[in-house]
Amino acid sequence: MSTKTPTKPTSQFQNDSERMSLDLRHRTLVQTAMSKYEAVRRGTQGRFQDWQAARQAASETKWEALNHLDQYLEEFVRNTEARGTQVFWAATGEEACAYILDLCRRVEAKELIKSKTMTSEEIHLNHALEAAGYCVTESDLGEYIVQLREEPPYHLVFPAMHLTRGEISDTFTQKLGTPASDSPEELTMIARDVMRAKYLSANVGISGANFAVADTGMISITENEGNARLTTSVPRIHIALLGIEKVLPKLADLALFLPMLATAGTGQALTCYNSLIGGPKQPGEVDGPEEFHVILLDNGRTELLADPEQREALHCIRCGACLNVCPVFRNIGGHSYGSTYQGPIGSVITPHLQGLQEWKHLSAASTLCGACTETCPVGIDLHHHLLRNRRNAAKAQPDRLEQIAYQGFAFVMTRPKLYRQLTRIAPFLQRLHQLINGRRIDPLFGWTQSRNFPEVQPRTFKDYWASRQEMKP
Amino acid sequence: MSANEQISSGREQILGRIRRALQVPAPKRTPHEPAPAADRYAKSLPVIRPEARAWLPPVGEAWAEQMQLFTEQCADLRADFFLCADVAEMEERLAVLAKDCGWQQIATHPGAMTTGAAASLSLPILLIEDGYEIVALEHCDAALTECDALVAQTGSVLITSRSAGGRTLSALAPHHVVLARREQLVPDLTAAFALLTERYRANYPSLMSLVTGPSRTGDIERILVLGAHGPKRLTIFCV
Ligand code: SF4
Repeated sequence: MSTKTPTKPTSQFQNDSERMSLDLRHRTLVQTAMSKYEAVRRGTQGRFQDWQAARQAASETKWEALNHLDQYLEEFVRNTEARGTQVFWAATGEEACAYILDLCRRVEAKELIKSKTMTSEEIHLNHALEAAGYCVTESDLGEYIVQLREEPPYHLVFPAMHLTRGEISDTFTQKLGTPASDSPEELTMIARDVMRAKYLSANVGISGANFAVADTGMISITENEGNARLTTSVPRIHIALLGIEKVLPKLADLALFLPMLATAGTGQALTCYNSLIGGPKQPGEVDGPEEFHVILLDNGRTELLADPEQREALHCIRCGACLNVCPVFRNIGGHSYGSTYQGPIGSVITPHLQGLQEWKHLSAASTLCGACTETCPVGIDLHHHLLRNRRNAAKAQPDRLEQIAYQGFAFVMTRPKLYRQLTRIAPFLQRLHQLINGRRIDPLFGWTQSRNFPEVQPRTFKDYWASRQEMKP
Repeated sequence: MSANEQISSGREQILGRIRRALQVPAPKRTPHEPAPAADRYAKSLPVIRPEARAWLPPVGEAWAEQMQLFTEQCADLRADFFLCADVAEMEERLAVLAKDCGWQQIATHPGAMTTGAAASLSLPILLIEDGYEIVALEHCDAALTECDALVAQTGSVLITSRSAGGRTLSALAPHHVVLARREQLVPDLTAAFALLTERYRANYPSLMSLVTGPSRTGDIERILVLGAHGPKRLTIFCV
């Protein structure tokens, strides 16, 4: 345990997770939502003839794509450029934002509309656009709600999962002046009406992508609401922002990935709209954007790629299933993580994307129960990656106190006689420890402030065993 | 540095990093079936992934079974599906629907099925052709389109910007009505992607979309609401 003054993300994480885990209202809300998800998913997954084989194949396909990433990216770019797409390679988030701002200036953007993209959260795109004076609206219902509340998304897939309909109604009343309502349907229709006007007035639409298909040069977008279809079709300019790891080799791979993403993500057999976009309006077509820009974002991904041991963390298709099943997520909630990507996958990749030492605490906050690994549709070994992060962090910046403690432990454990002596006097030592137990001067304070040591038995197991043997006839 | 140089330098920079990163190979993890990993991928190199059929939810062999599955999926998804004996029955049902919903104006695109069906309604028609007015489309009560295929496995309608009157028509109208033919039913997603490749390989449309039920959201307390941003209703007629 570190004795240094905690860095900012660490103390934020500790404070927020402590507060949230005591919040019963939050817990009930999340538990109800998650048990619904679990039931639906179980049914849908049960209809697969062989989920494990499908999972294995998905993992192999991603392995193939990531381990030949340069080839597949080039193939994707070649194919999509041939159809009039403009591709920009952004090494960092700033470069991606700068490109989008330049584009907005060139096309004299009036209003911008966005469909859900976690990658844009990662590079703080809305912030950059607003700072430059542009008005940008999130069109996905959940994203729109958290945008109005000036909060980051709570969950990769369900951004407003932490809010009740009452809170959402209040937000709408405050920000839009609409009458209060406790009907999810009415609340949804309020957002629908707002967006209808925006689709028509915006001249730039920004989206993410779930997959980039190399052999046809298309991006694939999965959504339920239809907002992404409108965002990518109505405005004159469409910009798609995606991480370089999104590439899949073949169009036919989607026959596997689309149902798996839906099943793991929401428990649906297939999400409502799965749209492949391969360029701006083509000759002979009646509509579609005049310009289609694809931004391929690195922003730390090649660092993770360079680590063969953890490379597979880039296989993630952002289904959010690992968050849904994680006991830590369910108790501390999405905002406590303080990172763009929450839950187990967030804890694995955030240290790589944003700095190991500042974010290593996320990897420590795990029971290592392995529920995430079990549920992941592309078979990422999530809980072992948490262990690897812990190891790498300790290697790069060893904790002196911890080192001394473990050296002492090793010293005792490799000397049986000394160990036996110590077990004899342990009850006495424990009585001494009682004097400082749970106080700040206790060197074990981090542990004892909320826990009690079990009482050390006066008789050791060795003695007990010996006496038992004697009693045997 | 000119804009072009900058673009090519970003590309070279990132590709360079990727190539350096990949110099050390990553181990393959094969938790469930250790052996055939490498060549299973090679086998799937042709356009279709036939092996996926053994893992995904099962679909019957016969057309009648597949039609049965499609009908059930539509019911689950709350899409309205009507298998019609002939065009006359379809037009009759369409007229009833138009009356029940009180359509004032519909939008459609020129097509073998849509043109006749739209005309049979004797309602004002917005024809979606190059240069149409988006505001006019926004005022229509329903969109009448054709499609590329119906997918039994998932209850999806496969549309493209070529087959269904562009990219916006089927997404903006509050009610999307699809006209399909019996022979357009395909068993599963594998077949749907094979069909797209077959049909458009030389020149893909700018949009290809699998539409699975009417637009929906669960963003408020995970409660299902139909008609988030896309069509609130999806009606499929098959003749
Ligand atoms: S790590 Fe796996 S389970 Fe978690 S979001 Fe990514 S794909 Fe889904």
